[in-house]
Amino acid sequence: MPDRRRARARTRSPLAPPPSFRVVRAVFLTLLTGFVLLPVYVMVTSSLKPLGDVSGRFRWIPSGLTVRPYADIWHTVPLARYFVNSLIVAGAATVCSVVIAVFAAYAVSRYRFRGKRLFTVTVLSTQMFPGILFLLPLFLIFVNIGNSTGVALYGSRGGLILTYLTFSLPFSIWMLIGYFDSVPRDLDEAATVDGCGPLGALVRVVIPAAAPGIVAVAVYAFMTAWGEVLFASVMTNDTTRTLAVGLQGYSTQNDVYWNQIMAASLVVSIPVVAGFLLLQRYLVAGLTAGAVK
Amino acid sequence: MSAHTDTDTHTRTDPHADPHADPHTKAHAAARPLARARRTGRVRRAALPYLLLLPALLLELLIHLAPMAMGIVMSFRQLTQFFIRDWTGAAWTGLANYELAVDVNKPVGEALLGSFLTTCLFTLLSVGLCWLLGTAAAVFTQESFRGRGALRALFLVPYALPVYAAVITWAFMFQRDNGLVNHVLHDQLGLGGADHTFWLLGDNSFWALLTVSVWKGWPFAFLIVTAALQNIPKELYEAAALDGAGSWQRIRRITLPSVGAVNQVLLLVLFLWTFNDFNTPFVLFGKAAPEAADLISLHIYQSSFVTWNFGAGAAMSVLLLLFLLLVTAGYLVLTGRGRRNADA
Repeated sequence: MPDRRRARARTRSPLAPPPSFRVVRAVFLTLLTGFVLLPVYVMVTSSLKPLGDVSGRFRWIPSGLTVRPYADIWHTVPLARYFVNSLIVAGAATVCSVVIAVFAAYAVSRYRFRGKRLFTVTVLSTQMFPGILFLLPLFLIFVNIGNSTGVALYGSRGGLILTYLTFSLPFSIWMLIGYFDSVPRDLDEAATVDGCGPLGALVRVVIPAAAPGIVAVAVYAFMTAWGEVLFASVMTNDTTRTLAVGLQGYSTQNDVYWNQIMAASLVVSIPVVAGFLLLQRYLVAGLTAGAVK
Repeated sequence: MSAHTDTDTHTRTDPHADPHADPHTKAHAAARPLARARRTGRVRRAALPYLLLLPALLLELLIHLAPMAMGIVMSFRQLTQFFIRDWTGAAWTGLANYELAVDVNKPVGEALLGSFLTTCLFTLLSVGLCWLLGTAAAVFTQESFRGRGALRALFLVPYALPVYAAVITWAFMFQRDNGLVNHVLHDQLGLGGADHTFWLLGDNSFWALLTVSVWKGWPFAFLIVTAALQNIPKELYEAAALDGAGSWQRIRRITLPSVGAVNQVLLLVLFLWTFNDFNTPFVLFGKAAPEAADLISLHIYQSSFVTWNFGAGAAMSVLLLLFLLLVTAGYLVLTGRGRRNADA
């Protein structure tokens, strides 16, 4: 009888990990969690410290808590304006980039045409261009377009939107091609038989079926735009500055307002991190079907 | 090249690729207006893929390819700040900028070589560590346990945080007198003597930069490997377990081989991103990094925008691009990945 019970226990969970595995796993995951959380802890606690505490020797436990930094960040620099700029730039870049990537990926996934291979190779190879190589030329192109046509791209949000949307485009197209390929062609054939044009089939069948992939691409595009520093610091002026540049304003010649820097960092991180964590399920699903094949 | 690739694509493409491939298969006696409608329909259909690609193509052309071509032209000119308004007025200097960049006996070339070697070592270490941590974390969170969902979400936080917010926090932690790192190492653990270490100046800055880069980069590897692991059929593990394979064996025999193909892309992407990374050193150190952590992107930025020699900066960028092209091409040939990627 005990024998039989033991045998049953063994067949019931042949996948259960042995103690050695559990110990290694627990140690590794604990250390990694500590590594990941360390800056987050510093960010949160320092943002609640009075300036005297935060600019002295580091203390794990703040001597006193204050929410003053969260009120002050909006006055020390025009953070609200930078925030709005970042939202407009990242939001518009995301929307445009996703729409354009969906069209391009649909064409590559569903049609045979001359130059298809050349297109995919070109798109992929833009990934390896060092941003620094086209920073100055792009700057000059934007200035020239402005001088000859009056369309202000340099210093405007439009120029930044245009730039950022091309940054996320290659990876987005690449992921979506894989994702669209995984949507059975029978589905859009059926839609065409039912009287949809090719674009109707895209909108009514392929896009809904590939929604997780599209969400994943949108998240990626938004994060790329929200976090970019180099072009933001060269291509913007006082009124169009984004958060990436604006955060530098908390260091003055006399003081570095570390508590405000941390508070502002937390405030600007919350929208992306929250959005990302809400949508991360889609990101993994999107990657599974798209890039990872 | 285009004709060549085109026939290639044709033979390779899935037969279901185009549902409208041949309208004549639905043979029936066509009335004349119908035929005409069908002919314009066919023309429109042939143009459709190009129309769909047009926005992407135009933008890539405007934002990536045209500036790149321009950058290459600039690299042959004596381009300083005086010619910014009309860069075509700058004198043509042939290969002078390139000679300047590669002459390791002169300060400019020597500094560039130093920065290049630093970047190589840095990239190797950073990509290796990111891959190791990401793969281990993905493997360890593959089997479900209590709190796994929360842990997975937490691990993605460094990836989701904007670079400037995350890196500025690390800069705060690496401060010499008031930073957390020195507080723990010197004050609490008593390591490294009484004098606090400089982390953002001098030789140690390399390790500070590496720490930040790994912290920021490993979740991407985690994300990709996790996604890849979800493609492995559960039955495979069950079958192996029934055959008596333990957890470690299942990882070695099933899990790791199954992510092999993904690793090829993952490592390439990590390599390109790390080698080109500008944001991390820029936020950590400002416009000029210490020599030990002078990554090539920031070095070129410094050469172009701080010392105002855009021609030399452009030449350095072109050299960097050539290097990346060579490495990528070699890597794709070695792994046999190029063809599949192009078809993806």
